[in-house]
Amino acid sequence: MERKVHIMIVDDEEIVRESLTSWLREDGYSVEAVESGFKALERLPSRDWTLLLIDLKMPGMDGIQLLDEVKKVRPDLMMVIMTAYATVDTAVKAIKKGAYDYLVKPFEPEDLSITVKKIIEHKSLIEENIYLRKELKKQYRLHDLISKNHRMMEIFELVRSVAKSNSTVLIQGDSGTGKELLARAIHAESHRRDGPFVSISCGALTESLLESELFGHEKGSFTGADAKKRGKLELAQGGTLFLDEIGDISLKLQMDLLRVLEQKEFRRIGGSDLITIDARIVAATNRDLKKAIEEGSFRDDLYYRLNVISIQIPPLRERKEDIPLLVEHFVEKFNVELEKSMTGVSEGVMGMLMDYEWPGNARELRNVIERAIVVAKGKTILESDINLPITARGRVGRGRSLEDVEREHIRQVLLENRWNINRSAQILSIDRGTLYNKIKKFNLKRDTSEQVSH
Amino acid sequence: MMTASPDCFEEKRKQYNSTKILGEMLREIPTDALKVLGIIDSDISIPILTFVFGEAQLGGQAAIVSLTRLRQEFYGMEPNRHIFLDRLRKESFHELGHTFGLYHCAEDACVMRLSSTIFDVDRKGSTFCRDCYLAMFSKMQEGG
Repeated sequence: MERKVHIMIVDDEEIVRESLTSWLREDGYSVEAVESGFKALERLPSRDWTLLLIDLKMPGMDGIQLLDEVKKVRPDLMMVIMTAYATVDTAVKAIKKGAYDYLVKPFEPEDLSITVKKIIEHKSLIEENIYLRKELKKQYRLHDLISKNHRMMEIFELVRSVAKSNSTVLIQGDSGTGKELLARAIHAESHRRDGPFVSISCGALTESLLESELFGHEKGSFTGADAKKRGKLELAQGGTLFLDEIGDISLKLQMDLLRVLEQKEFRRIGGSDLITIDARIVAATNRDLKKAIEEGSFRDDLYYRLNVISIQIPPLRERKEDIPLLVEHFVEKFNVELEKSMTGVSEGVMGMLMDYEWPGNARELRNVIERAIVVAKGKTILESDINLPITARGRVGRGRSLEDVEREHIRQVLLENRWNINRSAQILSIDRGTLYNKIKKFNLKRDTSEQVSH
Repeated sequence: MMTASPDCFEEKRKQYNSTKILGEMLREIPTDALKVLGIIDSDISIPILTFVFGEAQLGGQAAIVSLTRLRQEFYGMEPNRHIFLDRLRKESFHELGHTFGLYHCAEDACVMRLSSTIFDVDRKGSTFCRDCYLAMFSKMQEGG
């Protein structure tokens, strides 16, 4: 027997306790017998019980009352009710209250051994299932990134092996694929995990602002610089600096950055002291940098300096097998954040999600699930809880009639054009009269609270 | 040869209580006896089960086997001495195994496999599997 099975017998008759104990001990189980429900509750926390065999009729607290009490603290514990007088009523009551089975004393030896065996097998199956699910999740996971796609698993492997080095990493991938999550994972897997993770979005800032954000400045170095400021390069000392949207920086800053990467030192703007850099650089972009080099908007020497380790994250539409895994993950995540207890999505919803092309990648999926959890009324996310742009719905939801699709498409075009009939008719390539007829036929109404959905 | 006292007979169930008989056997046998196996030609049971083929003290001195349910006649069939003796050998080994501290064994062929029905008795083998044999041998070495 791989794991010790612990059985507690609760019976007020000493002879039953003794007889049952010795019988079960011959099967190699660890057995403890107590004479009352109160004693049983007292002993409950003492070990991880596999099964409780409870006598129905006991003075003080009867078997059903004990069942109720145990369910309150250990709802998953298997319990079998034993009785000398079998009546259908008590049997039904016990099962309804959550007893696993019901045995009439004295038992047929076969009934007892089969019942105990079934419970043990049931319990070990549940445990095995929980263990396997945990293991599976671990395997498909790199910190906050989840995937079972073989290309992503290769990336996870690569990250685990290169994280310990100091090499610069260039992450390329469409927006929403998880470039920053990957950068954070590299940081978390590295020896620098206790140092800071500093992130800067290069595309969002003007050239001068970005320069000052990166390198910092001395007091009075330019108008408005009324105090000394440390830049991100300095703040990331001992940690990792994540340069997002690196493809968007100007040629001048590319030059400055290249110098910093080569010499491993820099000066604050307006400063004279050389500061040595001790930060790992991880850069990311959703742009095609090779194309940018051809077009002359990105320096090839900086590209090669950054591209020591290159990671290309595939878009979600190329790893659709991850959608169910991500849905489960986001449902769990938002259940916690929004204090909900959703069980998942309906089959129809999963079909819709699998059909959609996900231009916004995992981030878009996360937003769709978050919204659905907020609006959902039941425990399961239904198709009516999901808001996907129809134009991008690819092959369109399964099982929808042509009329449904037409209605939805017209509604969406009207919505996007704020019910401008002329423009909507033009887009739909029909005349205004036909559009009016369709609006009437489909009973479409302008809802002032509706907003363009994106 | 000893007789079980009337105290051991459960009038309501028309069966002997094997646990009580084991108690009486222990009072009769010499204290330096290694193991003692009682064989009774009456149906036996324990308070919690409708019947047992036998009972033993786990890691103790005494064991008992009943002949009643080992006979083909009990199941409405023609007597068969060969089958009967085969069953008796299996159940005797099984109960004595318990007195050497052996638990029930998951091996299909091992005599220590639990038998809840006569089919179970017939299905299992009449010898100890390697693990049970070694476990019993080491208990013997310890003087158990």
